[in-house]
Amino acid sequence: MELFDNHKKLFGAAAGLFVGLTILVAIIPAIRNQEKNKPLPAAEPLSPQAKKGKAIFVANGCVACHTQQVRNVDMDKMWGSRPSLAADYAAVTRTDPWRNTATLMGTERTGPDLTDIGNRQPSRDWNLVHLYNPRIVVKESIMPAYPWLFDFKKEPSKSDIVVNVPATYTKGKEGKVVASDAALYLVAYLQSLKQVKLPGGTETPVFLYKKEEKKATTGAASAEPDGKSLFASSCQSCHQANGEGLPGAFPPLKGSSIVTGDNLELYVDIIMNGYDARPEYAAMAAVGTNMEWTEHEVAAIINYERTNWGNNGKKVTPEEIKKILDFIKLKAAK
Amino acid sequence: MNPGKILKRFALLLLSVLPGALSAVAQQGTPSDFSFDSPRGMAWGLFVILVMLLVAALFLKQKVNDIRSIRKRKSLKEENEMLNAHTRKLDSQQVSRLMSFKRRSNGVTVSLLILATVFSLAPITSWAQDTGSPSAGSLLGEKGIIITIILLLIPILFAIIFLTLKVINLRNLANKKQNLEDADKLAAYLRSLPEEELIKLRGQSAASEYRLSHHELSGNLPADDEKGLLQINEKAELPIVAAKKKALPRPYIDADLSRLILWHLGCATFWLLFGTTIGEYLGMKFVAPDADHVSWLSFGRLRPVHTNSVFWGWASLGMLALGYYVVPRVSNTKLANMKYGWYSLWLINAAIILGTICLMAGINNGGGEYREYVWPVMLLFAIGITLPLINFLQTIARRTTKEIYISNWYIVASIIFVIVITIVAYVPYWQNGLGETIIQGYYMHQGVGMWFMLFTLGIVYYFLPQQLNKPIYSYSLGILAFWTQILFYTLIGTHHFVFSSIPWWLQTLAIVGSAGMAIPVLAGTTNFIMTFRGAWYKVGDSYTLPFFLVGIIFYFTGSMQGTAEAFRSTNLIWHFTDFTVAHSHLTMYGIISFFLWAGIYAVTPRLTGKEAPQITIGAHFWLALIGLMFYTVPLMYGSTLKGLAWMEGKPFIDSVVLMAPYWLWRAIGGTLMWLSHLFFAYNVYRMMATRPVVDIRETAIRQLEGATASSQPIA
Repeated sequence: MELFDNHKKLFGAAAGLFVGLTILVAIIPAIRNQEKNKPLPAAEPLSPQAKKGKAIFVANGCVACHTQQVRNVDMDKMWGSRPSLAADYAAVTRTDPWRNTATLMGTERTGPDLTDIGNRQPSRDWNLVHLYNPRIVVKESIMPAYPWLFDFKKEPSKSDIVVNVPATYTKGKEGKVVASDAALYLVAYLQSLKQVKLPGGTETPVFLYKKEEKKATTGAASAEPDGKSLFASSCQSCHQANGEGLPGAFPPLKGSSIVTGDNLELYVDIIMNGYDARPEYAAMAAVGTNMEWTEHEVAAIINYERTNWGNNGKKVTPEEIKKILDFIKLKAAK
Repeated sequence: MNPGKILKRFALLLLSVLPGALSAVAQQGTPSDFSFDSPRGMAWGLFVILVMLLVAALFLKQKVNDIRSIRKRKSLKEENEMLNAHTRKLDSQQVSRLMSFKRRSNGVTVSLLILATVFSLAPITSWAQDTGSPSAGSLLGEKGIIITIILLLIPILFAIIFLTLKVINLRNLANKKQNLEDADKLAAYLRSLPEEELIKLRGQSAASEYRLSHHELSGNLPADDEKGLLQINEKAELPIVAAKKKALPRPYIDADLSRLILWHLGCATFWLLFGTTIGEYLGMKFVAPDADHVSWLSFGRLRPVHTNSVFWGWASLGMLALGYYVVPRVSNTKLANMKYGWYSLWLINAAIILGTICLMAGINNGGGEYREYVWPVMLLFAIGITLPLINFLQTIARRTTKEIYISNWYIVASIIFVIVITIVAYVPYWQNGLGETIIQGYYMHQGVGMWFMLFTLGIVYYFLPQQLNKPIYSYSLGILAFWTQILFYTLIGTHHFVFSSIPWWLQTLAIVGSAGMAIPVLAGTTNFIMTFRGAWYKVGDSYTLPFFLVGIIFYFTGSMQGTAEAFRSTNLIWHFTDFTVAHSHLTMYGIISFFLWAGIYAVTPRLTGKEAPQITIGAHFWLALIGLMFYTVPLMYGSTLKGLAWMEGKPFIDSVVLMAPYWLWRAIGGTLMWLSHLFFAYNVYRMMATRPVVDIRETAIRQLEGATASSQPIA
């Protein structure tokens, strides 16, 4: 056949087919998405610090293990309150002539998704300790340590941010661990990663492939959430699996008067809205509100914390918690 | 017992012999706190160096013994036997040359008595190796002491290595000298041979070279001596590996082209070793994340160094090397431009060196996989890859055949496509917001399928029929696979972003395209397997065909696995897990690398006339294959469990703990693969290195003829 014996025609045809398809499935959709999508009204641009932090995030290849996309499937619910939308990435553009745009959506989740990490783990102290060596706060973590983002100072000045690193992790180096600017920028970037609220009246896209509800209802108890796994997902990274916290950073729950005491209202309030009353410890974020917990989750966590590590507190029911939640909301409304 | 338990048991069993540092993993599910600058890490370093010292010392001793045995004086009987054996082995040409020499020097009686030179070289005693192993005690726990010992041992190790190289050299020299002396003696002996002996000798050598002429039945040739049919191997040894067929000598290959190809292969081999050493270290970091705390070696920075150096360094240069052989050969003409070939090699190497330094320094392109090199670096690569395109197109334009053989379709098309995708990936006009993601999906997959896969298929379409000595089963299937691959593969890029916020229709299109890939894959596999038909027995005789066979099997399974992974239901389980990593190794390693090795083992002996030892080729093959299985199977099994755990809504950290034993297995498999590359590099060295060997018989004859300097080496 003439086509097959003429190299110009043959390779011209192959190149034409490939380039044509490329324009159809890559270039046109890319240009359309780039032009059509606009950032959400509530979206805030990155602060100058966060921008520098993002550059450090990119330089160290963090995207190799951390995705930044909540897929519209039920299993991704733990990473955000809604699926990520095209609009969430619309404001991401080239930062300089040398590098490409970095949406940082990622293709592998060896570590947790970071789309909403600013809500899930807003504590600067936790993030700094975790960056210095993740295994200080999460024993099972395999994330690299980034000690080169920190300095050692014998006498830190007042403006220095001192990180409370246990002696076993400083390898006998003298002085206090002080966060460098780079570390602070990186944490600023992580803190800025929050899912933007959709404008009022917009219908939230649904999560697909819902987990099938357990059909065999042997009792109401089986429908209650599992306190242990809720604790592991949302509390353990600071308060630790043994409930002992981290001295100088995160308070223990083991033997805590708030956990085992009678002031249930304060206890629920801390879980839902965070706490920053004790200067010797880092501030706690509004974990419950961020995670959109109902009385069922809160009751499960309280019951787990009250019955473990030697704690022996009174168990609570979701009904009791509901009353308190309503009261707290009422108080907040005023 | 479920497979998980069996795997765990195996892992535990192996752990009992592995460094104690690793044992924490399977027992507690927490990563090991192993670090290279801890006393334990250093003790291991010390141990490794001591083992290396021991191995080097033993090796040295063996080489020294070799020299001694060479130098040992031969008894008169042995010497006569040697001379006789050589005389018997003279081929007929040599015998007739000898006879004509005799005729020329007729009448001249030469009395000869050559005294065997007495070797006065004193026997070299083996060096006593005092490595000064310190008494084990609490002292060994001291970091400073261990560092000192390591620092002391390192120069000793280098000294021993240096010494070993010297001794090897010495042995080769001794060998050469001995051979030359033997040649002298042989010459003297031959000179003294009476005429009738020579005639007898001529008869013998003619007999030993007797081959069937295929005129036996017609009988136009008088049977001279049937005894020549017997071939007696005087020094039969126990075979360790089955004897495979030797590569056939080729009549003529342009020496310049050979040099170009060999340099490409050498560079490719280096990048394979470099890239997989990095990969091996990264695999270890999954088990021991605190192994080092150096910014340039941190996981996120090294990962792209690994992928890019095996992609652009190993696979791309390896493919180009084989392409430089195939394209001119099937066009039946010379390569159009030798200079372009060298420029391209320089540019591509420069791109990888610069790219590696940039990535380790934290300068990258923004996070898209395989396009981590910043554009100035990638520009070097792009120019480096455009030159071969021009070169190949010009070569094909000058072809002396009418048709363009299918190999050249695949090879040239793949270069056109890789240039297109590089341009699409790096031109900034469509890279903002989700545009970046859509282009990323397109780029990373076209890079794999339209560059590596297509080019490699072109190589297989040439070398597989050549090695089987059969035409390809069906040219039409090859054409079908070619066009359907372009049609379907171009669509599938975005299947890496299923359920993401890129348009739903684009995701669906990618999944449909992935399903459509069954057509070219089945066509290609059928074509290759059917080419084997009636020639399966050749697999056992060849050391290249097993590589092809493994490549074909993974071509089918790996590609179809890709299709299976693309569906929405399977994406739920496997997306974001290590399954993708296992898949990319099954394909880039199982398909591309195995095909490349097959091609390299087929072509290099043709260029250099030298073959690698069969035993090391075998070691390469089996370590690579078994290592790949140890790497991928546990990873796929573990990541399936991981995906299911995510779907159940288990806490994320549970899935990290769950993967620990499978990551350990991955590191073990990776180590085997890495070892296989050491063997491969050695084989490449053996196929390329020029080692002058004195051919005793040929030198003796030449000496008598007085034609050329007798010491001229004959490769």
